[in-house]
Amino acid sequence: MNDVLTSEEKAILADIQQYLSESKRDRSRLIPVLQYIQARLAYIPYQSIALVAAHFNLAPAEVYGVASFYNQFRFNPPGKYPVKVCLGTACHVKGADIILENFERKLEIKEGETTPDREFSIERVACVGCCALAPVALLGESVHGNMAPSKVEGIFTRIQVEKEMEARQKSEK
Amino acid sequence: MTVANHQALKAVFQRIREQADQRKTADTDGAVPKITIGMATCGIAAGAIETKQTFEQALAERRVEAQIYTVGCIGHCYAEPVVIIDHPDSGFAPIFYHNVTAGKAKMLVRQFLIEGDPCFEHIYGAMETNEMIPSVTEFDRFNQEVRVVMEKCGHINPEEIDDYLVSGGYSGLAQALQMAPEDIVAAIQHAGLRGRGGAGFSTGRKWALAREAESLEKVVICNADEGDPGAYMDRTIIESNPHQVLEGMAICARAVGAHQGIIYVRAEYPLAVKIMTRAIAQAETMGILGRHIFETDFNFRIKLFQGSGAFVCGEETGMIRSIEGYRGMPQHRPPYPVVNGLKGQPTVINNVKTLACVPPIIEKGYSWFRSIGTEESPGTAIFSVVGDVVHAGLVEIPMGVTLRELIFDICGGIPNQKAFKAVQIGGPSGGCLPAAFLDTPIDFDSLTQAGAMMGSGGMVVMDEDTCVADVSRYFLDFTQNESCGKCTFCRIGTRHLLDILERITKGEGQDDDLQRLQDLSLDIKKGSLCGLGKTAPNPILTSIRYFKEDYDAHLKEGRCPGLVCRPLIAYYIDLDKCARGCDACVGCCPTNAVFTTSTRKKGIDQQLCVKCGECVVACPPEYDAVRKVSPPHLVPAIERPAQPENAEDA
Repeated sequence: MNDVLTSEEKAILADIQQYLSESKRDRSRLIPVLQYIQARLAYIPYQSIALVAAHFNLAPAEVYGVASFYNQFRFNPPGKYPVKVCLGTACHVKGADIILENFERKLEIKEGETTPDREFSIERVACVGCCALAPVALLGESVHGNMAPSKVEGIFTRIQVEKEMEARQKSEK
Repeated sequence: MTVANHQALKAVFQRIREQADQRKTADTDGAVPKITIGMATCGIAAGAIETKQTFEQALAERRVEAQIYTVGCIGHCYAEPVVIIDHPDSGFAPIFYHNVTAGKAKMLVRQFLIEGDPCFEHIYGAMETNEMIPSVTEFDRFNQEVRVVMEKCGHINPEEIDDYLVSGGYSGLAQALQMAPEDIVAAIQHAGLRGRGGAGFSTGRKWALAREAESLEKVVICNADEGDPGAYMDRTIIESNPHQVLEGMAICARAVGAHQGIIYVRAEYPLAVKIMTRAIAQAETMGILGRHIFETDFNFRIKLFQGSGAFVCGEETGMIRSIEGYRGMPQHRPPYPVVNGLKGQPTVINNVKTLACVPPIIEKGYSWFRSIGTEESPGTAIFSVVGDVVHAGLVEIPMGVTLRELIFDICGGIPNQKAFKAVQIGGPSGGCLPAAFLDTPIDFDSLTQAGAMMGSGGMVVMDEDTCVADVSRYFLDFTQNESCGKCTFCRIGTRHLLDILERITKGEGQDDDLQRLQDLSLDIKKGSLCGLGKTAPNPILTSIRYFKEDYDAHLKEGRCPGLVCRPLIAYYIDLDKCARGCDACVGCCPTNAVFTTSTRKKGIDQQLCVKCGECVVACPPEYDAVRKVSPPHLVPAIERPAQPENAEDA
């Protein structure tokens, strides 16, 4: 678990505390509250679990137990470009594990991890729901269908080019 | 309710519908061409947003007047993005275009909307029978389907309640409110509707039990926690026609006497969540949900709960725990949720498809519903047919259609002239059936008898290049991950099953592994509380029963017949076919495993090769030189020339 929060994250956490103080203490609100935190911070830092536990009058372990039960919640920050590889049945039959491996090799991290510069993270997801395009990978919100190992290379080249163009535009301004 | 009240209700419903009608007619201009674009998740994934933007841009640039109309999913995923253009001035019937990319969109605006040429080479078919263009109804993919649940999907805008009302929506609810609750339950019982979530329990019986339960408060839950990693019909229905589900819930609430409803949608379906939230709000504003529905004394509020992605929460008691804010672990039954469910209140939990079947049953009568499908399983079944099949997508067929008709006639069979090997039905709880079972009719009982299961409706077609041992391993990996951990057999047993399957697919299996798999599978079935554990071994049991030779090849010869299990295969380049000086495979290899031999042909370094198969794709078809073999020791030795010493510096 990541213990260091950026100042921006700290500000959001204060905001969350405010949100909590205004919401009900009914246990059935627990999962919606965790979803709210993840929607704000993109992950659930340890500090927020403590806040939630205090609010619902539960042990932090109980809250963590609920959060870790569900696939939706993550406990380390995702990268700026989160890579999600679909490992649904159709994608698996069409070789999704090879695609996942290529991302892992290219980024030198494993599935579930984030690169140290917080640029990329890799996740596996179960069925994005466009099985006719299998195998599928998502980069941020954009869907890349009919993936192949060489396309993995292509995606990163594109990001690199986009970044360079952005940097150039900034320096021109 | 008295007779006078019935008349008042009819008048209220009539008024609501007429208002919707007026708003719709004011909105649409009959003379202007109408461009309909499918914008459910699948369409968006295939690029529908870009297509829509291009249409808007092209229309604006060329000053063409046309109406862009977004709808949900029509179910033809292989053809996404799907666009239907109705251009009345051109003299053509509405035309269905498939795979409409941005380029095609631009072309259609110029050639069809301006010049009147419908671009025949890009037409899929006309939506109505006519003399100029073959109609889509001449294709098996269209005319063999019977749509009860998905009738309106892809034809109405899911974000506008008016669209649903105009196409006849909510008249089932209006009718139900004029019936005695017992009669609604009886109608559903007579219709023989069975739960579409997988198990096939009689919906009417469930409702009757909930109706009998004595309690001040009752709850109706719509189960949209679609967890099977290859099924997406629930999502599509919500994204394409949310009101039919809401209407079904309201009718159910009326029948059992509930006043609160919850829709449990996976948070992984953001578009479905958005559309459903909007649908609930619209229905409440119009007095169709909430307090005093249609100005009667019937109150029913629906809330949306976002499920956080746990397969086991599709199980009724697991889902209830999850809504209550706990880990979604299933509980002992009885007491069943219909007696003692959410917060102790009697709770009816029905699947999205089940609830969507309800309004048409009330509207058209139970004998109409019974006329579709078979005696024991009336109605239709929805499958997401994916994998090695030409026309992948969602298909709604009457129960009783055979697997062969579904896969080969309706969905176009196997692509690339490959042979059919197996069909996996029911996802992680289902089983793999071989070609011998292709004439099995699709209904709850026949599939269960064959060893598969209706399940969630995921259907994966597999051609000869698939390995069933690997598919079993895949499903076990999934169920093992999703096991909640409550029952020892499920928690530890599935782990062991997975370990054994992993070593088999690596070629390290032991002699008695098959027996061990079967014994352990039966123990897990007996020793687990909920459906997840009870059905988790199904993929293994059916695949051993029908594809034993596949397992034997792995165990005895270290060979994968489908050439899938990567530790058991290898690639090499056939030097007789490889072209001198062609570098196609070198460039595509992600690990630089391809080297040049002294004859300027290519070889593969087996140590570096990760067996991704890119070189097979890259090798030009006229050479077709890359070979895949199993077991890997069949690879002929190709000498790698010594690297020049300064290779590193260069």
